[in-house]
Amino acid sequence: MPPTPPGQPVLRLAGITKRFGPLVANDAVSLELHAGEMLALLGENGAGKTTLMNILFGHYVADEGTVEAFGKPLPPGSPRAALDAGIGMVHQHFTLADNLSVLDNVMVGTEPLFRLWSDRGAAKRRLLDLSERFGLAVRPDATVASLSVGERQRVEILKALYRNTRILILDEPTAVLTPQEAAGLFETLRRLTADGLAVVFISHKMNEVFAASDRVAVLRGGRLVATRRTAASTPEELAELMVGRSVKPPTPAAMEPGEPVLALTRVTVASGHGRPLLDAASLTVRRHQVVGIAGVSGNGQSALADLVSGLIHPDDGRLTLCGAEVGRADPADMIRRGVARIPEDRHATGLVGAMSVWENLIAERHRDPAFSRFGVLRRRAARAHAETVIREFDVRCPGPDARTQLLSGGNMQKLILGRTLAHGPQLILASQPTRGLDVGAVSYVHGRLLEARAQGAGVLLISEDLDEILAVSDCIAVMYHGRITPLLPHDRVGVGQLGLLMAGHWDILPDIIGESAHAS
Amino acid sequence: MRLEARPHVPLALSLLAPAGAVAAALLLCALLVAWSGASVPRAYALMAEGALGSRFALTETLTRATPLILTGLAAAVAFRAKLWNIGAEGQLYMGALVAVVLGGGLFDLPSWLLLPLVLIAGAAAGGATLLGPAVLKVRFGVDEVVTTLLLNFIVLLFVSMLLEGALKDPMGMGWPQSAPVIEAAELPKLVERTRLHAGLLLALGLAALLWFVDTRTVWGYENRAVGANPRAAQFAGMPVTRIMLRTALVSGGLAGLAGAAEVTGLKGYLTLDLSPGFGYSGIVVAMLAQLHPIGVVGAAVFIAAVFVGADAMSRATAVPNYIADVLVALSLLCMMVAGLLARYRLRRG
Amino acid sequence: MAEILDILVSAAFWTAVLRIASPYILGTLGELVCERAGVLNLGIEGIMVLGAMTGWMTVYQGGGLWVGVLAACTAGALLGLLHALLTVPLGLSQHVAGIGVTLLGSSLSYFTYRLVLPQASTPPTIEPFQPLPLPGLLAQTPLTYLAVALVGLVAYVLYRTPLGLAVRTVGENPAAVEAQGLSVTGLRIGAVVAGSALMGLAGAFLTLSAFNAFFFNMINGRGWICIALVVFASWRPGKALLGAVLFAAFDAFQLRLQQVAGGALPYQLFLMLPYLLSIAALVLMSRRAAYPRALMIPYRKGER
Repeated sequence: MPPTPPGQPVLRLAGITKRFGPLVANDAVSLELHAGEMLALLGENGAGKTTLMNILFGHYVADEGTVEAFGKPLPPGSPRAALDAGIGMVHQHFTLADNLSVLDNVMVGTEPLFRLWSDRGAAKRRLLDLSERFGLAVRPDATVASLSVGERQRVEILKALYRNTRILILDEPTAVLTPQEAAGLFETLRRLTADGLAVVFISHKMNEVFAASDRVAVLRGGRLVATRRTAASTPEELAELMVGRSVKPPTPAAMEPGEPVLALTRVTVASGHGRPLLDAASLTVRRHQVVGIAGVSGNGQSALADLVSGLIHPDDGRLTLCGAEVGRADPADMIRRGVARIPEDRHATGLVGAMSVWENLIAERHRDPAFSRFGVLRRRAARAHAETVIREFDVRCPGPDARTQLLSGGNMQKLILGRTLAHGPQLILASQPTRGLDVGAVSYVHGRLLEARAQGAGVLLISEDLDEILAVSDCIAVMYHGRITPLLPHDRVGVGQLGLLMAGHWDILPDIIGESAHAS
Repeated sequence: MRLEARPHVPLALSLLAPAGAVAAALLLCALLVAWSGASVPRAYALMAEGALGSRFALTETLTRATPLILTGLAAAVAFRAKLWNIGAEGQLYMGALVAVVLGGGLFDLPSWLLLPLVLIAGAAAGGATLLGPAVLKVRFGVDEVVTTLLLNFIVLLFVSMLLEGALKDPMGMGWPQSAPVIEAAELPKLVERTRLHAGLLLALGLAALLWFVDTRTVWGYENRAVGANPRAAQFAGMPVTRIMLRTALVSGGLAGLAGAAEVTGLKGYLTLDLSPGFGYSGIVVAMLAQLHPIGVVGAAVFIAAVFVGADAMSRATAVPNYIADVLVALSLLCMMVAGLLARYRLRRG
Repeated sequence: MAEILDILVSAAFWTAVLRIASPYILGTLGELVCERAGVLNLGIEGIMVLGAMTGWMTVYQGGGLWVGVLAACTAGALLGLLHALLTVPLGLSQHVAGIGVTLLGSSLSYFTYRLVLPQASTPPTIEPFQPLPLPGLLAQTPLTYLAVALVGLVAYVLYRTPLGLAVRTVGENPAAVEAQGLSVTGLRIGAVVAGSALMGLAGAFLTLSAFNAFFFNMINGRGWICIALVVFASWRPGKALLGAVLFAAFDAFQLRLQQVAGGALPYQLFLMLPYLLSIAALVLMSRRAAYPRALMIPYRKGER
């Protein structure tokens, strides 16, 4: 590593501009980073944070601007050059091969490609050495598939450290962690900066910016709007810089819950191997009630969503909707029973990107007499319906015939809301409904969910974002290893307690619920 | 360099793509023609004349195009639903087999009854042949490409077994061929003293019907959704398995019909060289047409013209008629690239 | 029953098994290398035809047998490069591109053969590889020994070298490879080209070792069977060898059986068996197979 004179930045981005078609993702961004400092890159979804870091790491090539690491220009478009210059990146979607071992994942690409042998012994010693030095416990021979999310993140960090990284970039590192795990991560990062590393972490959460960073750079609409010493700023100032306007969080009016619309009674869903996806899970959602399901990803939330969507069936236990037991329902059946389903992945499950807006809007009801007769589609009626939804749900698109994949994430989500909410649902299943959306779209989605609640629907909100759960839920339950805690009233449970529950410390449950709740 | 999706693909561009692909394939084949020692312009002129230059040539081309339209539709329907049916060749032979059995005098029915029966039975046989791999795909996740390909060989051996056994024509001078179908089971000729038969009208009608189903009906809508994103289709409540099997029946049925039509309209009896690879060429037809049912008609006529023209050309020059197969293969590969360039544009960075 | 035993214990039977197995070993190995990197290569059938024709034609035109082998590998590699360019940087459908490559490979072979030998009614022959008895082993031609040795080599490269680790990783998750500074495109193209060279060799085995001439339709679905064998082998070289030998044993057995029990049953039934067996193997294995996770999924850099 070339020595850098003290006071000189280790990294300098100058005038970075990146366009995707008509969209300007980064607009003349300039930024410096110093050794031993922890910089937070703050901005809401779509502000261009990830794009900027992807340019730095060579995944993208900037249209304009230069990157300098340790005083030398970095050739654009080459992750290899970035790695060689001492830059490491922990991606939000981990870049690990699940079927290979931890050691394999760390080693790949670190030895000369055409060497006739591979020195696994030395690599393993080095990995264990690093793991001990920075307090990042790993099992080198375990396959990645068997690791928890937190362990996978440790592998990603060790991958970077193994390559002598001096500048470490982390993209939304806490998104998938419990609050306690997040605190542990920032402790680790502190040890790294004490060792002279420079760290950049991307975030849209104010609390962790103040908890961890020395300096904060705020991006909005692709432009760098400010850099501040964290200590010299306030959450209010940063929030306004980040959003550019003041945002009013939704304030759900208190409501008396009605009769149950969804009830799971000791539902078990087997996984085919190992522990079940759902393990004797019980849960009740009532009318006029938002139930938030918190948990670290991979603890059965997808199975719960699939179950309520009609994609999988209970192997044991009972599932009832509005008092009627549901046997082996399929998605069409669930739709008929009045379940509005907002899937976790808009692109993969929610919409058919290659088809038009109107075709997607009738997808759940194309066999209704309203949209087809004698097997022939009533295209005019379908288009008219699409016009209505576009207007009522404020979908920004060229019209009913536009191809869906060209819409922005927020507008896709509005399309799904329009498809499902337009028919007066009994129950709304919202799986990660605001993932990747900007602040405006987030508050729109929350507003619509609360509106449906006011009209008498029950809402099951599954989210990995604790802030979201806390913002709109009446009651909260936590999932861990396929099990679900009893409902915890929103006002009786704190972030710390939720974090412990998410990590499996269910021994604290009696303290939260108390004797009175137990009796009922 | 990277590829960026075009927001809209103009109609002109999607018509230009196959034209460009064919032009590129013709250019590449010119190298082979030149290698054969023939004059390229003369060879191509002979080819065009042989395929389109006379009334007789035209009817020959259309005769050749008839099974290609049907196998092209078979591939287009299946590929649209992402069912990779590469077994049209086998399905065609199963259709032909059933046609010669039922049309060979087993029933003494009037033509207006027997002919539809024979054709429908042929189509059913083709559909049933694809149903097996389709069930294996949806039930066990077995890749249908390999199973349909392997079935082609099994079907050919099965047909060969019957042609040397139970179905062997006693009047066939020992050749492995079936007895001919009776007159009531023959498709009428369209033009006197040519080989062009009513199968062409059937193929054209089915292309139009499929276009209507594809764009206007619930079935077509569901097929397109399943093809474009099966997970989303399932999530929206569509019976994906049933749609897949339905598609398999239609696709295999079209290929089976191609075989039945060849037997009842053209050959009259079944031999092992009934199809010079119509099943495989159908894939190229479908791709050139960008899976559009009406486009299939145009692409099938083009491919037929290439084969008929190449035969004429190789009789007059030293160029082997396998040039047609090379040209067809290159058209497919060029079409893939052209289709990509129509849907995406190249951008640096 | 006794006749069946007689077949199974005869040395001639096992010599035949290894001979029959050789093209399957080579083809399966080639397909395995491609698929381990995440690319399905349906061009295998056409690549084997071209390999068979090129190898034979080179020797027929006066080249040495090993020159023929080299030419077949080169021809295979070139067609593999075409498949790789279409499917890797351009990300086109691996199914359709593979079918296209197969159509191109076979049509080019037939065209060339007819062009060079327009009048040949009976296929002209060459002097093929002769069996080379090794002490304590069955007498096989050098190409069979090479095929078995290549199994070991491919296994070593895949599991013991940095390159092999990179290839296995790119077949599991290309993003992991790119994030470690390696080229997804380069690795995949390289694997497909190398695998296709093996397929070319598999084709050449038939014209330079098993037979002494080139016939039309001589590959006859062997490539497709190799694809089924890769699934049967769970993408592991050792199991590929086992699968190919098992398959060949079955094939040799039915050939012998046909001689013994021939006449009672139509010969076509025996010929169907390999194809039926392949389908059975696919059905049996496809449920439990740990296939490369990124198989058939194109990777476009910067596309999320």
